[in-house]
Amino acid sequence: MSEIVIVGLNHRTAPVEVRERLAFPADTVGHALRGLRERDGISEGVILSTCNRVEVCVLSEAGYKGVEQVKDFLAGFHGVPIGELSDHLYHYLGEEAVRHLFRVSSSLDSMVLGEPQILGQVKDAYGYALEFKAIGPVLDKFFTKAFSVAKRVRTETRVANSAVSVSYAAVELAKKILGDLPDKVVMLIGAGEMCELAARHLLSAGAKGILVTNRTFERAVLLAEEFEGTAVRFEELATHLKRADIILSSTGAPHFVLKREDVEAVLRIRRNRPMFFIDMAVPRDIDPDANEIDNVYVYDIDDLNNVIETNLEERQREASLAEEIVLAEVAGFLRWLDSQQVTPTIVSLRRKFDEVRQAEVAKALSALGTADPKTRKVVESLASSILNKVLHSPISSLKREADGRNPMEMVTAVREIFDLPEEGPEAAPEAAERPPEQGGNVGRQ
Amino acid sequence: MHTVLLKVTALFYLVGALAYLHFIFTLNERSAKFGRMLLLIGAILHAAGFVSRYFVAGYTPITSLFESLSFSAFAIVCVFLAFELRYHLRVLGAFVAPLAFAFSVSAAFLPGEVRALAPALNSYWLPVHVMLLFFGNAVFAVAFGAGIMYLLMERELKTKKMGVIFKRLPSLNVLDDINYRCLTIGFPLLTLGIITGSIWAEYAWGSYWSWDPKEVWSLITWLLYAALLHGRMTAGWRGRKAAVLAIVGFCSILFTFLGVNLLLPGLHTYTNLSG
Repeated sequence: MSEIVIVGLNHRTAPVEVRERLAFPADTVGHALRGLRERDGISEGVILSTCNRVEVCVLSEAGYKGVEQVKDFLAGFHGVPIGELSDHLYHYLGEEAVRHLFRVSSSLDSMVLGEPQILGQVKDAYGYALEFKAIGPVLDKFFTKAFSVAKRVRTETRVANSAVSVSYAAVELAKKILGDLPDKVVMLIGAGEMCELAARHLLSAGAKGILVTNRTFERAVLLAEEFEGTAVRFEELATHLKRADIILSSTGAPHFVLKREDVEAVLRIRRNRPMFFIDMAVPRDIDPDANEIDNVYVYDIDDLNNVIETNLEERQREASLAEEIVLAEVAGFLRWLDSQQVTPTIVSLRRKFDEVRQAEVAKALSALGTADPKTRKVVESLASSILNKVLHSPISSLKREADGRNPMEMVTAVREIFDLPEEGPEAAPEAAERPPEQGGNVGRQ
Repeated sequence: MHTVLLKVTALFYLVGALAYLHFIFTLNERSAKFGRMLLLIGAILHAAGFVSRYFVAGYTPITSLFESLSFSAFAIVCVFLAFELRYHLRVLGAFVAPLAFAFSVSAAFLPGEVRALAPALNSYWLPVHVMLLFFGNAVFAVAFGAGIMYLLMERELKTKKMGVIFKRLPSLNVLDDINYRCLTIGFPLLTLGIITGSIWAEYAWGSYWSWDPKEVWSLITWLLYAALLHGRMTAGWRGRKAAVLAIVGFCSILFTFLGVNLLLPGLHTYTNLSG
């Protein structure tokens, strides 16, 4: 019986020195997938390689043997002794593997919980596997399902909803205070990496323009060119401040660059149009008391960090909701997977034809209109023997150990040709809606 | 029939308000759509009840307290739906729909039978005067809701403790914009309502202005909103100050509308509890 196997490592189990040695650059994936498929008992494979994780997912004929095969493949392909790897590698089989991929693609296993890139990376991995024909019906369904689980998590929980970096928090706050950004002007006082990043985010979120000022005017000019903004002399800060809606400040000044009175004066000129000050300097540039003025909001670096902290906590809370979704989806997928095995397929195949036989026999008997037991017996045995003869060859080719061929392909083909129901006959469809019993241990990681 | 219809709308407004409250807690889009649908159906039934009552009574049925409260609820729902259509501000529903419910449910507990019209009210000025004021009040009710939202949101942004409000409410800028829009729509309605009332008073009572308690309080309300409008246009009042004034102004409206009738009898006392 084939089983889904995942072997991999991530930012928690392996330092970057190990991760970079096992990474698969895009141009090697095709070659790697071919090598993987050539291994004994491995019929389908997908390779996911990002800067935080390397995961190899395969459909293996024998679970633990598959794990060894993949480990061996990883060591062999990258020329790393297997002894150096085994401490860093984890592996998941069957249900565990399903849960793992669903969690990874929903960004529940990411370094920054809920970060959005991972889903795209998993989609790329799936794309490569399709391109190099390394994927078959089972992993195809598996990955497509993982995408839809990720989408469900994204829409039904708020696990990815709030900013968890300083610069995104700045954009989020600016939007909540000032509304739409397209008519808002940003001012950059001083130069600091974080301020510049925040300015970039604000501009790409649509802010109209940027004013740059610096104690050394030349630096202001350079930076203004970079941002396609306007450079302003530091001495003229007070006169230009009135044009700015969002002020990012990080100078090295030992005292406040803008005192409360300065802000009050500017606000009067602006007729109280709101201003949002983001003070990234330590010691601070902007008098925190200015926050008490109506329509003025002053956030320093600690305030922004607190916002991020709260957002991260919210993500953690939402994550447990997401874990429940994942568990329910795992159960649903496993039912589908079970139904794809040989035996249940034979059972549903027989059942389907048996229903036809019974219906036709009943029709024939009622048409004959005779209760003569002998006629009845002849009709019935005629039907059964036709059925058995017709079914003999499909069933025996299902049962036959496929030589080198993916047994799942045969199952899928048979199910499709005879239009057998998707899930096992035992599984009631509403079972998927039932809350998972293991709900207690969610969010444990 | 029409009385029942008018009273039944309270139920629609209740469930609509609950749907919007559910929406603001869960952010489930379907709740907001459901709430809007209920308010819309409620308003249609309400309009039907109002029109049929008009034909039964033979006059515009905004004379008793029952009718006034009921019509207020209708006006609030109409104005809210118009704002939602324009601004897509579904969370506003959680603040305004309960108000409409409060009005309609208090009407539902009052005697609702049609009475003979007091002779002084028998005039074409009745619908003009009353409807102008009630729609003006409804617009200010929306400003009131937006004002409360503004204060909640501003507090979170000032104290820098982002809680549940932060994610759910629109930006301060949008809320302040609503404040201004409401003012520019509501203030002319209020002014015209007072002017038409004054003209009607000249016909009915022989004097444009008789310092009746309702007139006094209308004037106070008008002055409050005039101050806000003036402050906004000339002194750059906005944000918190405007939100607070919109809330105070609406309290003044409520007192003019209800408090005066119940506590300070005068010429306008057609609409006391007994009818």
